[in-house]
Amino acid sequence: MKYIDEFRDGEIARRLAAAIAAEADPGRDYHLMEFCGGHTHAISRYGLEDLLPANVRMVHGPGCPVCVLPIGRLDAALWLARQPGVILCTYGDMLRVPGSKRVSLLKAKAEGSDIRMVYSTMDALKLAEANPERQVVFFAIGFETTTPPTAVAIRQAEARGLANFSVFCNHVLTPSAITQILDSPEVRELGTVTLDGFIGPAHVSTIIGSQPYEYFAEEYAKPVVIAGFEPLDVMQAVRMLVAQVNDGRHQVENEFSRAVTRHGNEKAKALVAEVFELRKSFEWRGLGVVPYSALRIKEAYGRFDAERRWDVPQDSPPDTKACECGAILRGVKKPADCKLFGTVCTPENPMGSCMVSAEGACAAHWTYGRFRDA
Amino acid sequence: MTLPRRAHPRPLDIASGRVDLTHGGGGRAMAQLVDELFVAAFDNEALNQRNDQAAFDVPGGRMVMTTDGYVISPLFFPGGDIGSLAVHGTVNDVAMAGAVPLSLSAGFIIEEGFPLADLKRIVESMAAASKQAGVPVVTGDTKVVEKGKGDGLFITTAGIGMVPPGVEISGDRARPGDAILISGTMGDHGVAVMSQRESLGFESDILSDSAALHTLVAAMVAERPGMRVLRDPTRGGLAATLNEIAGQSGVGMLIEEAKVPVRAAVRGACELLGLDPLYVANEGKLICICPPEDAEALLAVMRAHPLGADAARIGTCDADPHHFVRMTTAMGGTRVVDWLAGEQLPRIC
Repeated sequence: MKYIDEFRDGEIARRLAAAIAAEADPGRDYHLMEFCGGHTHAISRYGLEDLLPANVRMVHGPGCPVCVLPIGRLDAALWLARQPGVILCTYGDMLRVPGSKRVSLLKAKAEGSDIRMVYSTMDALKLAEANPERQVVFFAIGFETTTPPTAVAIRQAEARGLANFSVFCNHVLTPSAITQILDSPEVRELGTVTLDGFIGPAHVSTIIGSQPYEYFAEEYAKPVVIAGFEPLDVMQAVRMLVAQVNDGRHQVENEFSRAVTRHGNEKAKALVAEVFELRKSFEWRGLGVVPYSALRIKEAYGRFDAERRWDVPQDSPPDTKACECGAILRGVKKPADCKLFGTVCTPENPMGSCMVSAEGACAAHWTYGRFRDA
Repeated sequence: MTLPRRAHPRPLDIASGRVDLTHGGGGRAMAQLVDELFVAAFDNEALNQRNDQAAFDVPGGRMVMTTDGYVISPLFFPGGDIGSLAVHGTVNDVAMAGAVPLSLSAGFIIEEGFPLADLKRIVESMAAASKQAGVPVVTGDTKVVEKGKGDGLFITTAGIGMVPPGVEISGDRARPGDAILISGTMGDHGVAVMSQRESLGFESDILSDSAALHTLVAAMVAERPGMRVLRDPTRGGLAATLNEIAGQSGVGMLIEEAKVPVRAAVRGACELLGLDPLYVANEGKLICICPPEDAEALLAVMRAHPLGADAARIGTCDADPHHFVRMTTAMGGTRVVDWLAGEQLPRIC
């Protein structure tokens, strides 16, 4: 595949690995957090940790949209799916995450709720058009990458006069999550988590650009390298971060220059700004309540907002006791540190969200890396 | 960390659980349903071999019997339809014991309102596939259910065959050091069917690989009757099938990503859909596990057959006590190739 194979070349990977090994200072450790689940997945799927020297360690971040959604919001989606006449549709990974009482959307579907997996927001609109007597609710999740398609769907629903379509909006924002991690006691005061630099998001950055990261690179003195999701992108970004750490620099650098500009996709940003506004606060799994970290639908499009159409429950039940997803999402613990990992929590029977999506740290380690623990 | 002591950490929740789509996905959830419900209830020596077919002694030799249900959607797809697929799938399940398929049965469960023209097209395609394979459909059954109680058409089949003397092929016979061969490219069938699902709307010229493999198997058996395992990687793809065999035989496996043939168009479609070709279904490919000294001769026989032109040796069995299937990636790293969790592509066969 052109433009893909070039970034999966094993020979170049070995050369980059040799360069990283030569350039990393054996007298220190490098703890680099990949924020995005896409990077976590690439690191595990291609076995990239095998290519890095022992003192260059990757810390998995919270950038997996399915993982950070708190149980309360999932319970609310389950509640919506049970309302009379409702068809709830969402992206595939969301279906397997257990809510409270271990009921997932997939199980609710088997119990009779009408829940459909869609590949795009346009499929959700088609469902609404094909079922005029039903209420179609799109359970919208994700970071800045999936937000513009949701905005398009709402605009389209308005243009087509679809009165039976609404969105349960759970879109969240990357920069506020990174700031929350850097402000966490483990990083700031306790020193239990060392973070020497960040691999910045790929697809998110194509929308928001590299500029939003400049604030915390400067404020928190942490280098950021925005990188693509291909294995060579990750290796190159690691090399660039090692160089910044060695030089004592903390800049935003862009490895993913084939897709990311400083200001991002202006058209998409304008569309999002037209349809959505900031929530004052939003609960994240693992990170707690984070101020100004999520979006809701503006008043002008309020008739497409499921939270205005129904009195959606606002409970926030706690995670399963002993589930370490929270600490894992903050980079404080590793999957194998969790007592549930691989015993009662597996991808078939996930207890926590990190075991669900292929981008979740636990699922990635279970699926691709657990032979190392054996 | 603690590795799971049992294959399924949490038993089936019989009291309040319900069947969901993962129970038909060919992954670990389905394996658990089969183990804890069906095998536990029907418990007998032939079933407990846990192969895609049962082999048992009858007067005059060793017989193989298999049964299969076809629920594919859509009914017609590039490279085949539910009728030809039913013949190929059943013939293949018989052949994977090294057996010569003899006869098939076909049961039709038809939804009220189903167009007769479609039914005729499917039955004729089934007849053509059966004639081409030289395995006749000798008995059948017809049922009609009310509109809304079925989805067009489901087909169930049975197949029987006889195992040539001296052949003993079973999923529990892989040994450390054995070679792992596959007969061709992975993922063609799943991607061809997916391309027809209207919600996806992508166009491709990928055809399903649906084909009857018994002549390929016969050529392989003639060359090296000591082959240990044959299995067609259908639902759950290469990954699930290797894990099944590793579990049955109590071996580990190490395969090389760069050696697994995948068509460029299939890789492209998988990239777009977020799928891994190792988990996508095949309907005209087989996995062969054989003693290492037989590998080259078998590869030569496979490559000389039209259905094995892209055959390759992809790895080796080893003595890993955890029975992991591991893969050396093209990057030079190593990772587990696990069962598929959940359901990747519902109703692919």
